[in-house]
Amino acid sequence: MNAPTYNTNEIMTIAAARLLKNGAVCFVGIGLPSTAANLARLTHAPDIVLIYESGPIGAKPPVLPLSIGDGNLAETADTVVSTPEIFRYWLQGGRVDVGFLGAAQIDRFANINTTVIGDYKKPATRLPGAGGAPEIASCACEVVLVLKQSARAFVKQLDFVTSVGHLDGGDARKRLKLPGKGPVAVVTDLCLMEPDPVSKELTVTQLHPGITREQVSKATGWEVRFADEVRETPVPTSIELETLRDLDRRSKLAHGNLAVA
Amino acid sequence: MAEITTLREAVAALVHDGDTVAMEGFTHLIPFAAGHEVIRQGRRELTVVRMTPDVIYDQLIGAGCVKKLIFSWGGNPGVGSLHRLRDAVEHDWPAPLEIQEHGHGDLSNAYVAGAAKLPFAVLRAYAGSDLPKYNDKIKFIQCPFTGETLAAVPAINPDVTIIHAQKADRKGNVLLWGILGVQKEAVLAAKQAIVTVEEIVDDLQTWPNACILPSWTLAAVCCVPGGAFPSYAHGYYERDNRFYQAWDSISRERDSFQRWIKAHILTTETFSEFRRVLSESSPAGVQTGARQ
Repeated sequence: MNAPTYNTNEIMTIAAARLLKNGAVCFVGIGLPSTAANLARLTHAPDIVLIYESGPIGAKPPVLPLSIGDGNLAETADTVVSTPEIFRYWLQGGRVDVGFLGAAQIDRFANINTTVIGDYKKPATRLPGAGGAPEIASCACEVVLVLKQSARAFVKQLDFVTSVGHLDGGDARKRLKLPGKGPVAVVTDLCLMEPDPVSKELTVTQLHPGITREQVSKATGWEVRFADEVRETPVPTSIELETLRDLDRRSKLAHGNLAVA
Repeated sequence: MAEITTLREAVAALVHDGDTVAMEGFTHLIPFAAGHEVIRQGRRELTVVRMTPDVIYDQLIGAGCVKKLIFSWGGNPGVGSLHRLRDAVEHDWPAPLEIQEHGHGDLSNAYVAGAAKLPFAVLRAYAGSDLPKYNDKIKFIQCPFTGETLAAVPAINPDVTIIHAQKADRKGNVLLWGILGVQKEAVLAAKQAIVTVEEIVDDLQTWPNACILPSWTLAAVCCVPGGAFPSYAHGYYERDNRFYQAWDSISRERDSFQRWIKAHILTTETFSEFRRVLSESSPAGVQTGARQ
């Protein structure tokens, strides 16, 4: 496209937001997932229930939170419970429809690394660690991942499996008796991937407008598969774009021009 | 009954070299003033526990107070890495740092078990994860009733837990509200607890079910207005996001970090003096690391 009216970050966020159904109970990670979940809330899913691991249930923040425990999450929530309660009664209790997460690295079965790059004992890069992701990845009914695509992030072999996706594929989750279904979609700035129904290997099912298969292959560290029928992501509507940009503008203003995601 | 005292006296009396110390507060009500006082008094060889180590533990680790870190997420929220934590893990500076890492659900459950004085917590987690391979405190057990395999982690019982809260009354009963994190559990799990508060009032004027820590569960209550800065205290002040942003450059290099700690913490006497020095060194109150 010669004159794109949106950028790749915007279509990634919008494509992720579209996956969230109105009324769904969504356990939200900070950053991109939080941006997409709030965009969903402000567009097609006004009754979505946003849970943040710091304790707010039903948060409706007027601007995007910079941290997972910003005051506007508590002020706008239906209730605020303690962190142990969030994990025990609400997540482990099976009350979360969608866990919405980011990641530093994923593999072809959507397993997640947020711990280290390199050897655990002598890491090349020490990442922040697990947070609530291992429990969310186990217990949420479904998981949606959103992250930028590159060969460094989409790797053949993870250095560390922090949170489980589909392990080595097939019915591995069932065999380990994991309560949730695991990742159902990975949304990137290039495409949407979904696990193959049988092998559970991530398969490109949707390309964003103007993105080629070659671009996706180049940005993936394994030989990425494409579905028999690859759809094109519908271009963002003006409502989606305006809502996202307005949210971004208001958030930057509220945080003294600090970027949120 | 809690003694109402100064933060300096409370830390001197209750935090010892080699102790296991938990400073909790989930983004909200982080006890920064107390963390500074531990650095100022030169405590060493601490095992520190915290779900989200955050800037407060980056300061303690860089200042050489910490031998071991038990945690579940170590980043600068909304900004990026904790450079002092990373330098310690990646390059053993200023000393090797032993780490024991968990997930949030796990660590919060471990505090609950600690508060209940049970030996361990049980949860449905970690099947397929690499964390149990590198943390031998995560074990798997079988439910005696259903046979289900579940994860088990030992209870956390710190020697001292330190938190910040909004209010105490003159007897030392403490009230906190907003995002509660795991503070109540961390206090009840500990042998002793220190609470810093925004203000001490005649009457908490509260409601049934409010989150109250009775005076008799605490060792010391210290009035330290602003004591959660640069995090926030719901109803009192907002998070200073610019400080968190500035911390990224202050802490990135060892030199700039050391200059900052010396000018702002080691050569100040109290938290209010720290706030004064910080505001004088930069009109915005931040970005003072490289220029001292």
